Amino acid sequence: MNLSAYPALERRAGRNPRKQAAPGERQPRDVPRALLPAGKRPAHPLPDPIDWTFELIERYHAAIAATAERFGLDTYPNQLEVISAEQMMDAYASVGMPVSYRHWSYGKEFLATERRYRRGHMGLAYEIVINANPCISYLMEENSTAMQALVIAHAAYGHNSFFKNNYLFGMWADSGSIIDYLVYARDFVGQCEERHGLEAVERLLDSCHALANFGVDRYRRPSRKSLARERAELEQREAYVQQQVNVLWRTLPTRRGKDSTAQESERFPKEPEENLLYFIEKNAPLLEPWQREIVRIVRKIAQYFYPQRQTQVMNEGWATFWHYTLLNTLYDEGWLTNGVMIEWLSSHANVIHQPPAGHRAYSGINPYTLGFSMYRDIRRICENPTEEDRRWFPDIAGTPWLPALDHAMRNYKDESFIGQFLSPQLMRDMRLFAIHDDASEQELLVRAIHDEDGYRLLRQLLSQQYDLGVREPNIQVWNVNLRGDRCLTLRHTRYQNRPLAEDALEVLKHVARLWGFGVQIESVNDDGELPVLLHSVPAPSA
Amino acid sequence: MALQIIDRRLAGKNKSVGNRERFVRRYKQQIAEAVRRAVARRDIRHIEQAENITIPRKDISEPVFHHGPGGIRDTVHPGNSDHVRGDRIARPQGGAGGAGSQASDGGEAEDDFTFTLTREEFMQLFFEDLALPRLLRTHLGDTPQYRTRRAGYSHDGTPHNLALLRTMRGALGRRIALTKASHRELLALQAQLKALPATEDGTSEAVAELRRRIDALSTRIGKVAFLDPLDLRFRNRARLPVPTSQAVMFCVMDVSGSMDQGRKDLAKRFFILLYLFLTRHYEKIDIVFIRHHTQAAEVGEDEFFHSTESGGTVVSSALALLDQIMRARYPVQDWNIYVAQASDGDNFGNDSGSCRSLLADRILPLVRYFAYVQVAQEAQNLWEEYSRLPPLFPHFAMRKVSEPGEIYPVFRDLFKKEGVSV
Repeated sequence: MNLSAYPALERRAGRNPRKQAAPGERQPRDVPRALLPAGKRPAHPLPDPIDWTFELIERYHAAIAATAERFGLDTYPNQLEVISAEQMMDAYASVGMPVSYRHWSYGKEFLATERRYRRGHMGLAYEIVINANPCISYLMEENSTAMQALVIAHAAYGHNSFFKNNYLFGMWADSGSIIDYLVYARDFVGQCEERHGLEAVERLLDSCHALANFGVDRYRRPSRKSLARERAELEQREAYVQQQVNVLWRTLPTRRGKDSTAQESERFPKEPEENLLYFIEKNAPLLEPWQREIVRIVRKIAQYFYPQRQTQVMNEGWATFWHYTLLNTLYDEGWLTNGVMIEWLSSHANVIHQPPAGHRAYSGINPYTLGFSMYRDIRRICENPTEEDRRWFPDIAGTPWLPALDHAMRNYKDESFIGQFLSPQLMRDMRLFAIHDDASEQELLVRAIHDEDGYRLLRQLLSQQYDLGVREPNIQVWNVNLRGDRCLTLRHTRYQNRPLAEDALEVLKHVARLWGFGVQIESVNDDGELPVLLHSVPAPSA
Repeated sequence: MALQIIDRRLAGKNKSVGNRERFVRRYKQQIAEAVRRAVARRDIRHIEQAENITIPRKDISEPVFHHGPGGIRDTVHPGNSDHVRGDRIARPQGGAGGAGSQASDGGEAEDDFTFTLTREEFMQLFFEDLALPRLLRTHLGDTPQYRTRRAGYSHDGTPHNLALLRTMRGALGRRIALTKASHRELLALQAQLKALPATEDGTSEAVAELRRRIDALSTRIGKVAFLDPLDLRFRNRARLPVPTSQAVMFCVMDVSGSMDQGRKDLAKRFFILLYLFLTRHYEKIDIVFIRHHTQAAEVGEDEFFHSTESGGTVVSSALALLDQIMRARYPVQDWNIYVAQASDGDNFGNDSGSCRSLLADRILPLVRYFAYVQVAQEAQNLWEEYSRLPPLFPHFAMRKVSEPGEIYPVFRDLFKKEGVSV
């Protein structure tokens, strides 16, 4: 077996997958140090009628694929699916996945999308790409030929290579079996609806969705299973888990002679658990086996999306960088007409448009812009380093850019990527500045701007801004009152003294529904003050 | 590099239908409420249309744990124009894209959630839980209705009804039956041929004979048709007469001079609802339109709703005509008879008394349900006369309506399914 075709296996066999690669450490796979030489220059550029044909898509794809190969992009096989606008909206509604279980919130999403689309408020995204093997990219029927070329370069080569090679995706998102798993999930939820009623399933899913972001393992790596194995293990698991739960909640009196005070003070779980859904799946006393399985399904799917949430800037930036690079290279080599160039460049310019702060259209940093600029900047640092770059990036300045970029794509997530590669040059170009907003003060403070004193702080703050651990409140399962009313205590550890939003109470009701008994949430500050009880919800009535 | 292009355009449209249904089901109450409001607002002509439904955003939000406002936040923004380190900026109000406001997840003011209900969904919600009261379904009508159902297989039929599995099974059976003996013989002969001593060089008489017989048998087997017309089986469908409920609805509308534009509008609204309801929910129903001023006339649907003829008022003329038509065309043993009457209650002289007696003596004993809607608030003499009927006839209902908004609730009230609260 040629291991280089299966980097996941290779990595598992070779190195510890959890180990972050040291800076400068390269994958054993060969990345060319520069663009490999082109073939013969075509006599004519590819035709560019507005309306695409399958034949044209194949020709464009072939040209793009050959160029990507010369850049050493390593991808899953591609599957391009041509779909209509309505199907695109369908896909939108089910978080971009080709299959999904049914739930009203997807219907809501669909209705909202449809309405915006019909009113012309929103163009649909040109593409959706699914992290699966083979990698599925949707091409919308309405796109022109030039746009299809853009989508192929962006999704089928940009995103695809990112999915295949970024370490987070390798560790967390199992692209081989995700479609299988979703099919399984849809069927299972469908069966439950038949057996237990739409309403019961809907309520359960509502509750699970409320906690989906708190249903991911941040450290443990999930196992990989095929559809068949998943089905086979289901029954076994149900029986076993139910048994475990029963042991936990047995009501038989314990033998005398034990130190009862020690037991009293013992917490359950012993260590706080940050994966709320996992804790509930394994320990909630009143859940039926099918309910546990649904909790698990939501958890698994949330886990699958976890890397995408952590690599938005990197992922979109990478895809944008590559469609830009690939299509420009093709143009230079005589494959594309001017018309195609103008068309995709105009939509490229829209995508990476970044209105300045204070502008009416400003709504935060555009991840496409940031990511795209950073990869471009890395390439610049490699090719034309300034004195400043040599000081800041001694390990990549002046080295071949392809391996440097490849390394930057593989081994980071947004937070560490920005922390490592955001250069002073780019901070100046984007004119970044940091605002310190302390609710206890009257005014906002400008803490740092793009100058010599501010670079490091800016970089640190921006990096933090993309840290999921900072963006989302830190909530853990703290204790269960095993001896009394079985009340579950969650603990919110305040970061920078940020409170929870008001709808925490609503979420807590969902937790109580899953847990089956009372639930309370307490909040504790960084500096170890006594916890404050925020909300408390009584046991849901059956 | 490996590539696969799949054209999915024709496959699986509307994958979200199930999700949409679930959404509508979940917010049925709010949606039904919006539907009612919408109908009251609508122009008569546009009652039967899609509708934009708006649901308060807070009702459909999905809560998650997230940070609320407050605490300390450090955010980085692009496009610095004139700030230097240490600047203090006033806190922007309302987070309207100001430099300091973070694009928070959920903090912005959000519009209510609006979406479009399709015509079908709209009408379905609109007439949900309504039914013709006391409809009997026991009767085999003059023109019996048939339902086709599967009834085994037959030897002839049209090609699209061909039962392939059955046909092929039959063919297989026939082939086995016709060739079994020959096959057995063939095997025996082949065994004989093989068993001949090795010295045989294949030219002797015995071999030739065996070969000849084998060939003959093979030809015979080969001649048995793979598929014979005998094998063909077709799915058979039998037509069964089913008991149907024949129903007729008499719509009696007052178009006299006292009915001003507003009142006519109310009456028409009522009948349009009735008409839509009947045509949507009952496949086969007769509707008789009667309009009257001093004289009554049976008219077509179009004229009923759109004609502008007018005059004085003699309500009994309409009831007499109704009685006449009913007895002539809709024998009570064959028909479920319904009457809906709308009037402003203003009647000529002592005609109201004769109306009442006409109803009590001749009409009400024959009809299943009689709904009277008065499209004016003040009590008129017709209302007073009619008021004496309900105690005697439980299937006589009367309501007053004075505003378009009341039409729909009254309509629902009159035609609600039994056991369903409005």
